Amino acid sequence: MIGSLAVVLFDGFAFGMLLFVLSVGLSVTLGLMNFTNLAHCAFGMLGGYAVVVAMRSFGLPFLLTLPLAFIVAALVSVAFERTIFRRLYGAGELNQVLLTIGLVFVAAASTAYFFGTGQQPIVLPHYLQGYVEWGGLRFGSYRIFLVVMALVIAGLLVLGLEHTRFGARVRASVDNQRVAQGLGLDVDSIFAITFALGSGLAGLGGALAIEIVGLDPSFGFHYLVYVLIVVAVGGLGSIGGSFLAAALLGIFDVAGKYFVPDMGAFLIYLFMVVLLFVRPVGLFGKR
Amino acid sequence: MSGTAILRTEGVTKKFGSLEVARNISLSLPVGARHALIGPNGAGKTTLINLITGRLKPDAGRITLDGEDITTVAAAERVRRGLTRTFQINTLFPGLTPIESVLLAVCERKNEAGQFWRRLTGHAEAVDEAFAILKQLRLDDAATRETRHLAYGQQRLLEIALALATRPKVLLLDEPAAGVPKDESAALFSVIAALPADMAVLFIEHDMNLVFKFASRITVLVAGAVLVEADPEIIRADPRVREVYLGQAHHG
Amino acid sequence: MRVETTASGPTQTWLRRRSRITAVEIAFWLATLLPFVLFPSYLSLASQIAIGALFALSVDLVLGYAGIITLGHAMFFGIGAYAAAILAKHGWGEPLTGLLVAALVAGAVGFVTSFIIVRVQHLALIMITLGLGLLTYELANSFSSVTGGTDGLGVEIWPVLGAFDFDLWGYTAYGYALAALFIGVLLARRLVNSSFGLALTGIRENSARMPAIGSTYRVHLQKIYVISACMAGVAGALLTETTGTVSLDTLSFQRSADVVVMLILGGSGRLYGGIIGAIIFLIARDRLSDMNPQYWYFWIGLLLMAVVLVMPGGILGGLSRLVRREAR
Repeated sequence: MIGSLAVVLFDGFAFGMLLFVLSVGLSVTLGLMNFTNLAHCAFGMLGGYAVVVAMRSFGLPFLLTLPLAFIVAALVSVAFERTIFRRLYGAGELNQVLLTIGLVFVAAASTAYFFGTGQQPIVLPHYLQGYVEWGGLRFGSYRIFLVVMALVIAGLLVLGLEHTRFGARVRASVDNQRVAQGLGLDVDSIFAITFALGSGLAGLGGALAIEIVGLDPSFGFHYLVYVLIVVAVGGLGSIGGSFLAAALLGIFDVAGKYFVPDMGAFLIYLFMVVLLFVRPVGLFGKR
Repeated sequence: MSGTAILRTEGVTKKFGSLEVARNISLSLPVGARHALIGPNGAGKTTLINLITGRLKPDAGRITLDGEDITTVAAAERVRRGLTRTFQINTLFPGLTPIESVLLAVCERKNEAGQFWRRLTGHAEAVDEAFAILKQLRLDDAATRETRHLAYGQQRLLEIALALATRPKVLLLDEPAAGVPKDESAALFSVIAALPADMAVLFIEHDMNLVFKFASRITVLVAGAVLVEADPEIIRADPRVREVYLGQAHHG
Repeated sequence: MRVETTASGPTQTWLRRRSRITAVEIAFWLATLLPFVLFPSYLSLASQIAIGALFALSVDLVLGYAGIITLGHAMFFGIGAYAAAILAKHGWGEPLTGLLVAALVAGAVGFVTSFIIVRVQHLALIMITLGLGLLTYELANSFSSVTGGTDGLGVEIWPVLGAFDFDLWGYTAYGYALAALFIGVLLARRLVNSSFGLALTGIRENSARMPAIGSTYRVHLQKIYVISACMAGVAGALLTETTGTVSLDTLSFQRSADVVVMLILGGSGRLYGGIIGAIIFLIARDRLSDMNPQYWYFWIGLLLMAVVLVMPGGILGGLSRLVRREAR
């Protein structure tokens, strides 16, 4: 029994790592730009479909399509940001929510039109298939890969924010936008680049998600709730917060489905409501 | 010195991390006071008002209103007990008209603001009172124009109108003349001059004309602490005050 | 210097005209009687629209007037729907008391949750309303012995006022729902044009100023939240009573999202915005229902984006701007 518990916990943690990659971009851009972008997961979906197309129509190997997913999502998202999103900076959450939800509707419908509503399976390279045995237990190879990727990304993000000049500029702009501008920082470009990076990560998350949870046109909606929970509970602009919240959510979701299938989702939502009431800024949020 | 103090702060202190924004400030306002609070930018004048009104919680010290300790009383309750402030930056209701804004304040004071079953025009007394206040402040002609369309000077007057609607015993004016162009400041001056004699007024101001015209007592605040508190003539002659205002240049 | 005077003529007239009944309004309500005569085969759709409009009105009270963004208001709609259904299931199918019970139950839940709602803002508020809505759905799903789970419940409702049977054509249903909507609008109208409505607008316009005029505005927000919950509960109960069934979709996120879309379409904070939005949204959905659902989402998404970017006040907002331009 302990064996299956360990595997369940690992699977949950791996799912959490997927959620982390999907969510961390939104946490940073929300904390930085205060723009509630609910189309974040739609960019994730875009990354996923980019991988499908690249692998099927162009025969690219899986690992190579991952950076492609990142780049495609980043470019498309920044195009939207420069043209449409920035008109609503400071327009209030409701308008931002509605605009980006509208975009998700359009994206989902368009995707269904071009690709149909079915799941898009892909074939993983053989070294990512199967499982690894350890201590008599079987841990999925792909899930291990997912965990490693997420840890590497988390590490790069922390390093990037703490130890590069660009990271320092981002942190300054998050802390106090007006002062940052006064110091000569091009806050506009910082927004655009950060937004691209954040959405790119979503695209990467969407690509990584195909094997774990599947990809279909409703992806933009379905995982939006998960992502929002991670961002709200973790705290805006906090990488550590997103990591912890995603890990917890992943574990509780999978364990919940396994052990208490009737009450799992209810308990997660209840926990989120209570936590946000007690600490509205989230676990590691500021202000 | 006139009678007992209606507002008193004793040793009010506030720190933000290592930044001391208020250091052991003690102030005493008698009934009918005309007390000016001056000092260079960043001295902590608005912070003190925030501490007195309850927007900020002091780390130490006591605040007393009309003999009652209000240090832990909520901000809205302090207003109900007669302590009202205006804001340095207009904090108005942009989409409401002056009559609506002041009427709202009057209804809140009379505890009539929650009566969702009663027509607005049914609050006859409140409407009359609100209009009287607007008339007093020469805003009656603009009473039905949206606040966002008022001239800046009129908006500053509306700030004061909202405060007067709460019938304060103590009125704290945070830079009432801030940004008001010369041709509109006459109306403002006359309004301040016409404030009831039994109302204690503490005002922050940079405009020295206003200060020396209306203040009967002046406190100079520097870096969060009281430098000196005295009658206007003494303040005018005090070399330390001039130094603080004229800058850091050491002329020996 | 206290000048004792009554408010000037122009000001008093202006205050009175603020809440006057316009000819357009009267025309609107007369038009609502048309379906009885002109579109008798669409009466069931008409009663759905009336119910949707009442629900949208309840959301407008908190979202449009008080400025509380909620993505989970279907919670109260569903609670009202199930309250009426469970009451009928246990033998009491009288419709008017069903509405009363639904209002009380939904209002009670609204009261409890209001303590949480008024203490949070921004993303936390959105997530809490979303979370509460989602967990209510899960709860109803779990207690399938009471709620019928995914199958829902079928109930028998007694005739309205003892005389009007819920017939197959929908005459009673529409008349009943329309009457409820009318009363709802009357109540909302009075509320919006009261000092309480003024206070809510004040909170929405500048909540920082409210404590500075001595307002314990959280109490105001709780009050409107409870009133809104009652109204949403009544709308839900109406659905149960006019259709004789209740199902989990009364609690769904879809419903919470749809009603916000309706409100934005019509224009929030304008009393009739939700009603206009509901009419357009539900008629469009009915007309396009045989169409591929993907098309529906595509156009609604596009419309939503267009409204937010170009006409943030919704249809009524755009119309009022047009009227103002003509008046100049």
